Amino acid sequence: MNLLHYWRAMWGIIWRELWRFVTQRERFISALVRPLVWLFVFAAGFRAALGLAITPPYETYILYEVYITPGLIGMIQLFNGMQSSLSMVYDREMGSMRILMVCPLPRWFLLLSKLLAGTGVSILQAYAFLTIAWFYDIQAPWQGYLWVLPALMLVGLMLGALGLLLSSFIKQLENFAGVMNFVIFPMFFMSTALYPLWKIKESSALLYNLAQYNPFSQAVELIRFALYGQFNQATFIYTFVAFIVFMAAAIIGYNPSKGMMMKKGGA
Amino acid sequence: MNSSIALSIEDLSFSYGGKKALDQVSFKIQPGECTILLGPNGAGKSTLFSLITRLYDTRDGRIELCGFDVKQQTRKALEKLGVVFQQTTLDMDLTVMQNLRYHTALHGMGSKLATQRIQQELERLNMYERRFEKVRQLNGGHRRRVEIARALLHKPSLLLLDEPTVGLDVPSRQSIVEYVHQLAVDEKLAVLWASHLIDEIYPGDHLIVLHKGQVKANGTIDDVLKIANASTIKDAFNTLTQGEQA
Repeated sequence: MNLLHYWRAMWGIIWRELWRFVTQRERFISALVRPLVWLFVFAAGFRAALGLAITPPYETYILYEVYITPGLIGMIQLFNGMQSSLSMVYDREMGSMRILMVCPLPRWFLLLSKLLAGTGVSILQAYAFLTIAWFYDIQAPWQGYLWVLPALMLVGLMLGALGLLLSSFIKQLENFAGVMNFVIFPMFFMSTALYPLWKIKESSALLYNLAQYNPFSQAVELIRFALYGQFNQATFIYTFVAFIVFMAAAIIGYNPSKGMMMKKGGA
Repeated sequence: MNSSIALSIEDLSFSYGGKKALDQVSFKIQPGECTILLGPNGAGKSTLFSLITRLYDTRDGRIELCGFDVKQQTRKALEKLGVVFQQTTLDMDLTVMQNLRYHTALHGMGSKLATQRIQQELERLNMYERRFEKVRQLNGGHRRRVEIARALLHKPSLLLLDEPTVGLDVPSRQSIVEYVHQLAVDEKLAVLWASHLIDEIYPGDHLIVLHKGQVKANGTIDDVLKIANASTIKDAFNTLTQGEQA
């Protein structure tokens, strides 16, 4: 095993993804507009309607904008993870995925590198969002901005792996609309991104259960605690296990002898 | 090279569900040999390429690249392979140089070696001056040249080209056909060129006629003419594919 080969290939894949992202200004801006609209418009409107009790990691009453900021970071990473999978479907339809798949490295490694590249992009977006939020007076302790980095890494990997798994099932680009309706929206709304668990429990026990076991909820809570300098072990383990499960399934999905590639008749 | 045969295919069959796409296909390609794979649409050419490049899994039969089994020794086999796919696989928003750098990274080449190889391949195709242009700004012929350069950067032993001249104007087509034939001679490179254009065949080429997943003829131009009992390649092709258009 030539480690240098692995290292160079991984950086090549990451560099390409980051370069594409920074040169596509529209993509950068649109990735930020979505959570900012939620922060400036939705949260402002909901502030009066939703009362929040003091719950960890917060030590005092907080504004609703402060509460949903970790959820919106999660939203950035969720959309980015799905967008990466969209680009994989696009690459597969356009053929550029083939160049990656015929290079002499194990497929799991190539997929992991793709995943790391997508996670890198989502972290850039998340920090850009946090910077704007800081000027909007949503300020976490300064250590939180460092602690949140590993959390963003893990959450980005988990959501990216989910996207990768979905992309191994999606045959055509058009089917991606289904992902929006059946994956992104339910995951986002049935989570703690917009409202705390106890609030959900007040309205529906079923929703409460769904939200509690939704990996996205766990990911948002991991980010929330990390942003306030705290390590939440339970959410970390849950997110990590979800990442491993999604990644393993995605690797099987992209395996030429076992996965969906055979059924699709295209790579 | 691990074997004196660049590509060896033995009893290869492949089905999509119940539909047979390849049926007991066998042939070999030697280094320095330019083999033209002729076949009408749906003959199984793209399936064959997907199996050689391991995008699909080989279930029945065996494919060896320079002595390495594609299924068992995938990575060693893929190291020996350069591919130009039918569709453009370049990133339109990156420059020529960035696209080629990406490929050298995937093949684990260091910066110095990569720079040297990129210059060498682009100069051979008169594209070096355009290395900092975005691929989107290039015409179809120039994009193809970049793809050929890219496929050669890691010095493969076998070059696969899946209908690389489709959609190109006559001068671009001619220059690519000539370049690849010259490469086979100069570099002792084995070439497998899927095509349905008879004028892309050179007198010294090896021909394989594929029809409905089966090899109908395999040999030199004279061999194929004899098998089909025809006087021209066009007639031979029509006879072997029962009149279907290439």
